[in-house]
Amino acid sequence: MTTMSDPPSESFRPSQLLNDTRYRSYTFQFIALLCLIGLMAFLGINLVRNLAAAGLNISFEFLGEPAGYDINQRLLEYDSQSSHWRASVVGALNTLLVAFVGCILATIIGVVVGVLRLSKNWLISKIMSVYVEIFRNVPVLVWILIVMAVFVAVLPQPRDFRGDSPEASMFLDLFAFTGRGFYFPQPYFTVEWATGSTGWLIIIALLVGALFGTRAMLARATRIQEATGVRPNTLWINLAIWFVPLILACVIMGLAWDIPELRGFNFQGGIFARNSFIALTLALSIYTAAFIAENVRAGILAVSKGQTEAAASLGLRPNRIMNLVILPQALRVIIPPLISQYLNLTKNSSLAIAVGYMDLTGTLGGITLNQTGRAIECVLLLMLFYLTFSLAISAIMNVYNNAVKLKER
Amino acid sequence: MKKSVILGTVTIAGLAASAAAAATLDDVKARGTLNCGVTTGLVGFAAPDANGEWDGFDVGVCRAVAAAVLGDPTAVEFVPTTGKTRFTALASGEIDMLARNTTWTFSRDVDLKFEFVGINYYDGQGFMVPKELGVSSAKELDGATVCIQTGTTTELNLADFFRSNNISYEPVPIETNAEAQPLYLEGACDVYTTDASGLAATRAAFENPGDHVVLPEIISKEPLGPLVRHGDNEWGDIVRWTLNALIAAEELGITSANLEELAAGSDNPEINRLLGTEGNLGEMLGLEADWAMKALMAGGNYGELFEKNIGENTPIGLSRGLNAQWTDGGLLYSPPFR
Repeated sequence: MTTMSDPPSESFRPSQLLNDTRYRSYTFQFIALLCLIGLMAFLGINLVRNLAAAGLNISFEFLGEPAGYDINQRLLEYDSQSSHWRASVVGALNTLLVAFVGCILATIIGVVVGVLRLSKNWLISKIMSVYVEIFRNVPVLVWILIVMAVFVAVLPQPRDFRGDSPEASMFLDLFAFTGRGFYFPQPYFTVEWATGSTGWLIIIALLVGALFGTRAMLARATRIQEATGVRPNTLWINLAIWFVPLILACVIMGLAWDIPELRGFNFQGGIFARNSFIALTLALSIYTAAFIAENVRAGILAVSKGQTEAAASLGLRPNRIMNLVILPQALRVIIPPLISQYLNLTKNSSLAIAVGYMDLTGTLGGITLNQTGRAIECVLLLMLFYLTFSLAISAIMNVYNNAVKLKER
Repeated sequence: MKKSVILGTVTIAGLAASAAAAATLDDVKARGTLNCGVTTGLVGFAAPDANGEWDGFDVGVCRAVAAAVLGDPTAVEFVPTTGKTRFTALASGEIDMLARNTTWTFSRDVDLKFEFVGINYYDGQGFMVPKELGVSSAKELDGATVCIQTGTTTELNLADFFRSNNISYEPVPIETNAEAQPLYLEGACDVYTTDASGLAATRAAFENPGDHVVLPEIISKEPLGPLVRHGDNEWGDIVRWTLNALIAAEELGITSANLEELAAGSDNPEINRLLGTEGNLGEMLGLEADWAMKALMAGGNYGELFEKNIGENTPIGLSRGLNAQWTDGGLLYSPPFR
């Protein structure tokens, strides 16, 4: 019975900017934005004026000049005559290496600890609680220093391997574990056309091919299972896809091993993982793993118990319940905080110089900054590098998160 | 605009202080203490003693400047700096002067806008190795693992040395001297390299100094001296002439023992001018007439500071060598006080 129509629309009056709640918030946001821009401009002008007063300028020309210093761990060709820019890139790759290995290791340890902390075994769950509480409540720098100190003090040095009755000897005559790092045998190809990177590209191509091959096999097995109800055994054929081409390629290209041996001051040959790299990676991963373990535990506890019981009443075995029911749901809770743990690990790797690992902060933000005195330029570049790394990790992980998150239709 | 916005945010702290750097002398007088940048701890040059008092050769220079300016050798705030932080600390005005085994180089003087006021120790980069390695020359170090302090001229010299001799090495960068010691002693490095004076000081702190040798090669020139910021010449003059006063006093035979006696007046006009009983050198610097006397009272002349802190009778045991007066065949040579 009521006939309500809209009130006649009033024309806009300036006083509404303050009196009308519809517009007031915009007014304040606009004023705040102006203040922020003003503050930034003041800081910028202040900087430029002070730099001019001190006779300094902003210039990135130093990046092209020879760096003059050496870097021990180089993933790229680099010597002391290379440019500061190349030194920065070598440092950036070292940062990425630690971040990559550290994230994988932290995830493995974190998931294991997180699951074990929920174990019904009293002793195991308590040990895991102690691990989590100790590692996440002590600063990561302290852990890095402790791991390095233990590493250097406990393991034998190359000089202990020397002499007629050495104090230490190589493990299986293949591996050398020293306080300076670990030496592993290095595979290489002897056939002429496969030396250098060609051989390795072939191996990588075979591995990628095997990956797609096994995925096709699994898809086929699922199709057959859906059609007939019987899942064919794929284990042997998958193993064959992975290993037969690989072994054939190795035989054809003449695989051989470069075994480390003690020559002069150090072991020579083989793959050398430096103590600084191992200590840093290990410390970062056990520290971050403690946080990841808590994320995993939270994710699993977030799946209601009824799900487990329902799955069990359908006749699923415990490990299938974990894989098919609990983990897919838990991942939705685990992945978002996991992304920030990965970012934390990457950023914490900037403490590397504490153990003498030449990461980005050690080269660009350390020696280059020091030798050129270009602090502002170096810090800006440093920020840019880390920002890029972090956003890239976020982007990759968000793609994965979108793949596992609850699809609402 | 956009560029300056980003720049501003990173350097609020860094450069805000440097605008007011023009009159360091007034700042120091108003504050009542001298902020002096030193090492984080290198026995003999600058390290806290058993009572927590800073002591050493570089510390002596700081105390002399404080005595000349403020009349009190204890009115010094010592700011420990690492090889990496020292230049930022000086450029930002956190410290008034830096006396920290700093090598005078072209780029630091010209490009980094600092002013080296003189040289208080002529040094060169050397190598220390354990005796048991049986190495007698640095050229035998092919493939060795070398500990270096980062942020110093040493790592550049080292790269040049190994490159020019066409031998390889594995550099292990270290932040401070204290961190390098355990790595070297545990054997994680074969060699420790830094300025020869620093090697002697580090070795003196070892449990068995005799187990380690300093190799004969000196691969660089390292003139170490105190420095101040560019742009405040009055303050630079004060630090420069305080250092010169210490050196000239040794040449003229002024020691802490005969200082009182000579201050009453002597037959040598240069001594009189230096100690302020004749002429007005102090006034020219903007200080009291007896500025140099107070500086000398703080710890004695250059020779006395040397013998007390790093000389042959101390655990560090450095001989004067290049650091003798020019009259004794060394390089120390103060311009005349007139």
